[in-house]
Amino acid sequence: MIERPRVGVYICHCGSNIAGVVDVAEVAQWAGGLPNVVISRDYKFMCSSLGQELIEKDIQESGVNRVVVASCSPHLHEPTFRNACARAGLNPYLFEMANIREQDSWVTSDKLEATKKAKALVAAAVSRVAHQDALNSLFVPIDPNVLVVGGGVTGIQAALEIANSGHQVYLVEREPSLGGHMAQFDKTFPTLDCSACILTPKMFDAGNHKNIQLLTWSEVEKVEGYIGNFTVTIRKRARYVDESKCNGCGVCQEKCPTKVVDEVFEAGLGYRKAVYVPFPQAVPKFPVIDRENCTFFKKGVCKICQKVCPTGAIDYEQQDTLMTVKVGNIILATGYDLFDARRIPQYGFGRLPNVFTSLEFERMTNAAGPTGGKVVMRDGVTQPKSVAIIHCVGSRDRNYHNYCSAICCMQSLKFAHLVGEKTGADVYQCYIDIRTPAKAYDEFYQRIIKEGVHFVRGKVAEVTDAARGPEEAGKTIVQVEDTLIGKQRRIPVDMVVLSAGLQARADAKEVGKKFGISCSADAWFIEKHPKLDPVATMTDGVFVAGACQGPKDIPASVAQGAAAAARVLSIIGQGQIEIEAATAIVDEESCVGCKECIASCPYTAIEFLEDKQKAHVVEALCKGCGTCVGTCLSKSIKLRHFTDEQLVAEMIGAMQTMKSFETVEV
Amino acid sequence: MKYTYFPGCSLERNAAAYHISTLAVTQALGMELVEVEDWNCCGATEYVSLNLTASYALIARNLAQAAKNTETRELVAPCSACYLNLRKCDHYMAQSPALAEKVNQALAAGGLAYQGGTLRVRHLLDVIVSDIGCDAVAAKVTRPLKGLRIVPYYGCMIVRPGYAGQTAFDNVEQPTTLDTLLTALGAEVVPFSLKAACCGGHMTQISEATGFELIRRLVKAATDGGADLIAALCPMCQLNLDAFQGPMNKHCKTNYHMPVLYFTQLLGLALGMDAKPLGIGSELVDARPALAKIGVAVPLAEPAAAPKKPKRDDKSLPMPRMSGV
Repeated sequence: MIERPRVGVYICHCGSNIAGVVDVAEVAQWAGGLPNVVISRDYKFMCSSLGQELIEKDIQESGVNRVVVASCSPHLHEPTFRNACARAGLNPYLFEMANIREQDSWVTSDKLEATKKAKALVAAAVSRVAHQDALNSLFVPIDPNVLVVGGGVTGIQAALEIANSGHQVYLVEREPSLGGHMAQFDKTFPTLDCSACILTPKMFDAGNHKNIQLLTWSEVEKVEGYIGNFTVTIRKRARYVDESKCNGCGVCQEKCPTKVVDEVFEAGLGYRKAVYVPFPQAVPKFPVIDRENCTFFKKGVCKICQKVCPTGAIDYEQQDTLMTVKVGNIILATGYDLFDARRIPQYGFGRLPNVFTSLEFERMTNAAGPTGGKVVMRDGVTQPKSVAIIHCVGSRDRNYHNYCSAICCMQSLKFAHLVGEKTGADVYQCYIDIRTPAKAYDEFYQRIIKEGVHFVRGKVAEVTDAARGPEEAGKTIVQVEDTLIGKQRRIPVDMVVLSAGLQARADAKEVGKKFGISCSADAWFIEKHPKLDPVATMTDGVFVAGACQGPKDIPASVAQGAAAAARVLSIIGQGQIEIEAATAIVDEESCVGCKECIASCPYTAIEFLEDKQKAHVVEALCKGCGTCVGTCLSKSIKLRHFTDEQLVAEMIGAMQTMKSFETVEV
Repeated sequence: MKYTYFPGCSLERNAAAYHISTLAVTQALGMELVEVEDWNCCGATEYVSLNLTASYALIARNLAQAAKNTETRELVAPCSACYLNLRKCDHYMAQSPALAEKVNQALAAGGLAYQGGTLRVRHLLDVIVSDIGCDAVAAKVTRPLKGLRIVPYYGCMIVRPGYAGQTAFDNVEQPTTLDTLLTALGAEVVPFSLKAACCGGHMTQISEATGFELIRRLVKAATDGGADLIAALCPMCQLNLDAFQGPMNKHCKTNYHMPVLYFTQLLGLALGMDAKPLGIGSELVDARPALAKIGVAVPLAEPAAAPKKPKRDDKSLPMPRMSGV
């Protein structure tokens, strides 16, 4: 038997946010006269405990069986009011929210108009709620294993937090070793502590943790399933080194006759062998053979590494292997790429020998790097007497990236200090603005100013070798407008360092698609909420942390790694998870099995039942976006909680109200 | 391939060598150039700054005339200023209906009309590099410019028309198409940071010191780079670097000697043509020592006869003095 709807309407003042513009008392009084409405109230803060108790009391004592709250966006408080209904024994899907703040009071200045609009929105919700059905949420169990993608400092942090709590972690890294960008640095700002000294213990812990299965030189190939129940296929690329035999002695690397430029770890500034571990503290210690450059793979002869290996670990026959793991949650910590400074030809990188990128410079200052930590010009021996550091290369530039890369100011200040310390050279910082917003950062800036670094405020126009006079001969000249003195300056220096910005990984969009999450226009992964849910994504069970979500320094990345781990642990702790009941459902009677919906679903939530030749929505995967409903040619898919009937009722409620105002005015 | 050809005023005067070498090499490369009928000045760099609508009408008249050739929609200009003006006018007429209406009102007086976007305005270098292709050019080279160290100088205008939705045919800051072409001709291209720097335009007429300094930078950088000569592709650039090199030397107390030839002249030489029909010999900074490196002998130009001084006629009457205005 269908109960007659008895609707309770609650108009929230939200302090003065709503009540300052909308005549809330008038709206409440007016709503009392709408069909099915038995109670209509206005209240200062509906989200407060007292406000919620008001709803609960009316449900229990006055027989209210449908609830409409007119307040803020459902993004904020829909769960709050649904829970209030549930506490009073009312199915939460019999609740409807009218947004009279973001969609009305905040964007309407005319009080009369705002009040009219509030009435229309409330009428729409009242009309809709009468047609809503009680729905039951689905609960799915959570697999406690976790996949962490990316073995930089963020991924390591996340993996360790989860592993320490006793859960199994699969840590997948594309490169031969853990460490990421942080392993390339020598010093970290603002404390100037040794990057390797603080990172390598964590790398070692992650590599030897009993709960972490380390998969380096590996990539995720396929992801299926949904929160709590993902099935992930990982490709473990052939190392051509048998990990069970290798003892990491490094003889193969030492004797290998093929030397190639290391574009990854040494950022193109140094060499490595064809069989190599990228750096001495690499985790794991096992080398890989770079098939592209190995003489044996290219010409069929050499095998020197095999001859010299004391444990017989070299295996040229090794093949890629695919492994499948089951996990309940996934953390993506895939990091960033450096902006390619060649894209700004007027800065001369790649053309003028003594122009370096920030990552090259990081390697140069690293004691284990190609120059042994000496700051030298491209000839490898001469110490520069003057160095210019150019900020915002590729960042805050509408030709490349509009955003600020967040780390470059501090990094440039660090470079200035290191140049001074290592060479005593004059340092020029060419900046647009200096941004030092975190703890102890501005103090570091003050310190660098005191060290006597020259700060030139202006965007560099060009870096050139075309000397105008003898004082510029043989120098690299920085042409810049010094906006503080209002003059064009030409600064002849020995070395230029381009503080190149951070950009999303070249394959970020592809990776995002693989894991079912989306990217911003700049290809950073999009978080669920920029402030209140910064590490979750719109796909439940998939989290993002570190620089893959946007430019970030080490402290922020580590914090996000730990935050993502905490979110995952909280889900694991629940044991099972509630899935939104507003999902699509296929009417198998009329489904013709055309599979159009399967292609349209952005969450791969629709499967095809081969036996019945019908489409079927996997509820745990469905996000209720409704794309399939619009796609279905035979009108066989219905979206629960967003049925045609409900939506039409909502529109009629709004339109009738608006129309009634017109008549009054005439 | 057929093209409508807009030579521009310079190519009829100071850049006559560019004109004849262009006609010679395009013919050798199998391009058919049909000159725009009854064309007029493009307004150069000045008129646009004085009266926008009138200057666009001036340029659009050329576009309207060129569009009469219905066999091709490609309009090619060897002069960078003409190229920039024609392309700019075409683009803004397509973008702004208000401008197009005004310009067309003016054109209507002469029974003409032009719709922005009808033609594709291109520079000669773009056409040779993109349509003919450096490989095809290289295949026709019979006298490689081997041993000749050449600075590829683009100037500032050729790379500029990068309007939204359209891209320039080369990089704005560090273009490379001329480098590739010269390499295909067998020359050694000198790395040159000032490729797209300004030659000074008309600065020598406005502020000598400024103009000479801009010229000096270019000539100095080319000399420092060990170049034998500069390859230019714009009459303005060639004029500044060649004709004003002497006055610049005098002003700056320097003694540079850096010949400047049009890229079409070098292209012609590489294709085996003689120097004279390419207009070589008319440059003021002698290119003969450089060209001797590739075995090209340039006949000495007949010294121009000194203009006869008008005989003074003692019976003539004095001119009236102008006082005041």
